[in-house]
Parts: sequence; C-alpha cells; structure tokens
Amino acid sequence: MKVLVTAKRVIDPYVKVRVKSDGTGVETANIKMTINPFCEIAVEQAVRMKEAGIVTEIVVVSIGAPQCQETIRTAMAMGADRGILVEMAEEAQPLAVAKLLKAIIEKEQPRLVIMGKQAIDDDSNQCGQMVAALLGWPQATHISNVTINGDTADITREIDGGLEKLTVNLPAVVTADLRLNEPRYVTLPNIMKAKKKPLENIKPDALGVDVKPRLKTLNVAEPASRSAGVKVADAKELVAKLKNEARVI
Amino acid sequence: MAILVIAEHDGKNLKPGTTNTITAAGKLGGDVTVLVAGHNCAEAGAAAVKIKGVAKVLVSDAPQFEGALAENITALVLSVAKNYTHIVAPATGMGKNFMPRVAALLDVQQISDISSVVSADTFVRPTYAGNVMTTVQSSDAIKVITVRATAFDPAGDGGSAAVETLAATSAAGLSKFNGQELTKSVRPELTAARIIVSGGRGMGSAENFKILEPLADKLGAAVGASRAAVDSGFVPNDYQVGQTGKIVAPELYVAVGISGAIQHLAGMKDSKVIVAINKDAEAPLFSIASYWIVDDLFKVVPELVTELG
Repeated sequence: MKVLVTAKRVIDPYVKVRVKSDGTGVETANIKMTINPFCEIAVEQAVRMKEAGIVTEIVVVSIGAPQCQETIRTAMAMGADRGILVEMAEEAQPLAVAKLLKAIIEKEQPRLVIMGKQAIDDDSNQCGQMVAALLGWPQATHISNVTINGDTADITREIDGGLEKLTVNLPAVVTADLRLNEPRYVTLPNIMKAKKKPLENIKPDALGVDVKPRLKTLNVAEPASRSAGVKVADAKELVAKLKNEARVI
Repeated sequence: MAILVIAEHDGKNLKPGTTNTITAAGKLGGDVTVLVAGHNCAEAGAAAVKIKGVAKVLVSDAPQFEGALAENITALVLSVAKNYTHIVAPATGMGKNFMPRVAALLDVQQISDISSVVSADTFVRPTYAGNVMTTVQSSDAIKVITVRATAFDPAGDGGSAAVETLAATSAAGLSKFNGQELTKSVRPELTAARIIVSGGRGMGSAENFKILEPLADKLGAAVGASRAAVDSGFVPNDYQVGQTGKIVAPELYVAVGISGAIQHLAGMKDSKVIVAINKDAEAPLFSIASYWIVDDLFKVVPELVTELG
C-alpha cells in the first residue's frame, strides 16, 4: 500500500529561539533549521513499514519556503521515494495546511497518512486531526504503535492516564508520538541517492485551496522571566527554606 | 456570546482541567454551557451542575461516546455548534484529539492551548515550547479554543445550572474503542497535584527511580518524569512532564536528576517554587530553580526524607 507522510521545516529544537525586537515574530535568519522531530518519527515509521513489506511507496509532502526542499531530501535520505513541495512564501496555518494536504491526498490516494503529532514551533497539534476530518477518515493521534490488518489498523495511543487501544478503518490518518520509534541517522550514500529522487514543486493555486490566514498575529513576546534562585548546601537547609521562606510545605 | 465547554470526565467526576477551562470560558463574557458526553455519565453531568459560572449542562449518554472517540464526539459537538460563538475544551489528551476535527468541519482555524483571554476574539498562547508568547486575533465566526489549564484557576462549587438531555448522534463507524490501560496510582494526578516530585535520566534505572516514592509520600506529592526517564523505560509514558507531555504548574516542583532540556522546562517552568537536585553544577535547570543543591541525588533524597520527619 501507498503511504503519505508530511515533513515540516522548523527551527532546530536545541536552538534558543529569540523574539524579534519589533514583536512581529522570531529570528530565523542564520538559524539552524531541521525536520520537525515528530515528522521525522512519522517518516521513520513509513520506512520501517516499507522495509517490512507492508508499504510499497512513500510520498513525502512539505509546505512552505523553497528551502523545505532540504526537509524533503532528508525524508528521502531516510527512505521516502518521492517528494511534493507546496511552495508558499508565508507560513500556512494548520487549517490551510490541512486543506492543501487533502487536495494532494485525493490525487495520490494513499491508504495511510502518517504525520507528526505536533510541530515544535507553533505547538498547535491540529493538522492530522483536520486532514482526517476534511477527508471524512478516522484518526488516531499520539500513537505509539500501529499494526496493519488488511482493511483496518490496530493502534496504541498515548493518553493522559496511560495507553489506549483503537481499531481504525483504512484509509486513516495517524499522528506519531515520541515512543513510536527512534528515527535512524541518515548516511552519506543515502543523502546522495536522495538527490536523484523525484521532487515535484506545486503552488497552492494549482490545488485550488484558499490559504488566507484566519489568525492574525498581533504580538510576539518573551515570557516573563523568573526571579533568580539560590543555591543551598544540603537537605536540611532546603527543608528550612521551603518551610520558612517559600512556605510551600 | 454563548460559550460551549466540552467537559472531560471519568463518568463520575469532571477531570482536573475542566473546571479551569470553565474559568477561562467565563472570561469570554457570556453564558457558559457545559457538554458532558459519555457512556453512563449522568453522575459527571450532576457534578458539572454544581460548578460556579455554569448556566446550563447538556448531557448526552450513549455507548458510542465511550472512550471519547474523536469521530463520534465531533459529530455530537457539530450537532449543536451553530448555537454558540465559542467552543472551548481543555488542552488535554482528549481536547487535543477531537477539537481540531470540530474546527476543520466548521471551517475554523482553532486556537490551541491559550494561556490568557485578551478579549472575545484575541488570545495569548505559548509557542516554541513556551519560550515565545504569541497574541493572536481570530477572524472566524465561531472560535474553537483549547485551554492551558494551569494558566487559569479552577472554578469552584456554588452553581445550580439547569440540566438538559442532548440527543446522541449516531456512531461514525470509522473506529472502534478497544479499551484503556491506565496506570494505577494512589497519588494525586500530576495535573492536579499541589506538589510534584520528578525524576530524570540521573535516576539511572527503574529500580533507582523508586527512591522518589518515600519523598513523594512525605510531601503528599505526585510523581512525574522527564522524557529521558520515560524513554529509558524507568516509568510509563503518562509520567512525562514537558512540551509534548503534561503541562504542570504546582506550588512546589522538585526536579531530581533532571538536567533541564528546553522541552522539559516547557512543561513545568510556571511552577511557583522549583527545587533542583543535580550533581552537575552546570545543569540548565538551575537557571530557573528557586533553590538548588549540587550533590549526589542518592545522598540528598534520603536525607530530605529524614529532614521532613
């Protein structure tokens, strides 16, 4: 079966994000960018399913600036077969992303869509659910295991109190949580191979999707900083401070 | 303004987070209706009636709402959505799961995880693991919102809302709920605890992690963990505090053997008092700690238990 995966380009999670002084956004110039870690887990899952003989083809989609090509090439170096870049200058909001993906999915007809559960930049956690909704497909979010059984998939999801088991009909959209797998490192030969894989570039207009933002960003600011703390020598001093100074115990 | 809050509950009681969400909904200005959907959930509906600030409670009780399957809950919410200007739910595992589905089918851009209500259409939400606070204004006719519970006080008792039965929508037939494996604990729930003791990679093993238990007992605390501790298999996934785990803001957060990755800080940096115990004097967590001890946790933790008497 064919699988479609998504790959968002985000600021590297280990980079300290800085707010622009005019409060319009965050600094991205000369900042290290990477594939969203949850998207990376989604790609890895698709590749493992292909290696296990369950999946025949992996299509990877990214939406955004021309540099998202690099993100797609990373996914290809991991094992994705083909890429689609929906190129747009402005960042698309989750609903617009979902509509673009719906249009591509209707054309590509995958049996399974695997996405990251959230992007670590805007932390919205919406796209997978929205894609499933717009297609009228079932969804399984925050998954830590997926097993394909013919026309259905057995799912384990991470929930607040532990784990949940579901069975979803296929086609379906699933979103990857941290414990689904540990993504592989890409090797140089695979990076070279990835450069030769097909990558299609399309514009939102060609998909007939309205990508106008619904949310207007009024301000971007750093959170209030905490007041400086103190080092204490030992357990005795700590308990005294917690009792008499902080008064929390 | 007419506001619909979708409650999270266990059939009997509302879950922590829902009452905070009702407080956030109250700040929008308008009548707050609470929807309790589930299977055998009449008791939870009766609990919602008593919450201050709730004008009406809708109860929809049917087998297809067991496990809060996103497809089925969404259909129910959509059946009444046009009566409301705002649809609000806690940004918990449940709310995160079904709310974007509701938003997409209403053709609305959801506003996730709000930490402040500026006005009926403008909200502040944390992004980039809580390192950036973004103020957004929605142009959609219906606002679909999830709420960061720790940013709002829980609504108290003292209400006497009217209860109505809401006709169940039929099962979507797309997915099947096969059950949950819930971690059993006698301790308070992480998201509702006044004190939390959390362990990280420094704990070393699942066996060693248990030394936090007597400390948690003394403090009446919940036990949490960093992602590193969960990934290493010391404790189950539902212990995880962080950007993509649970967001907590207790009175006291004791971090033991946690170095303090950005992703962990995102989940706990709004705690009132933070204590860090780590033998690495360079641990990033010290930069946000109220008090810290640079020493071997296997020495300090038992000493703490003794000192607490």
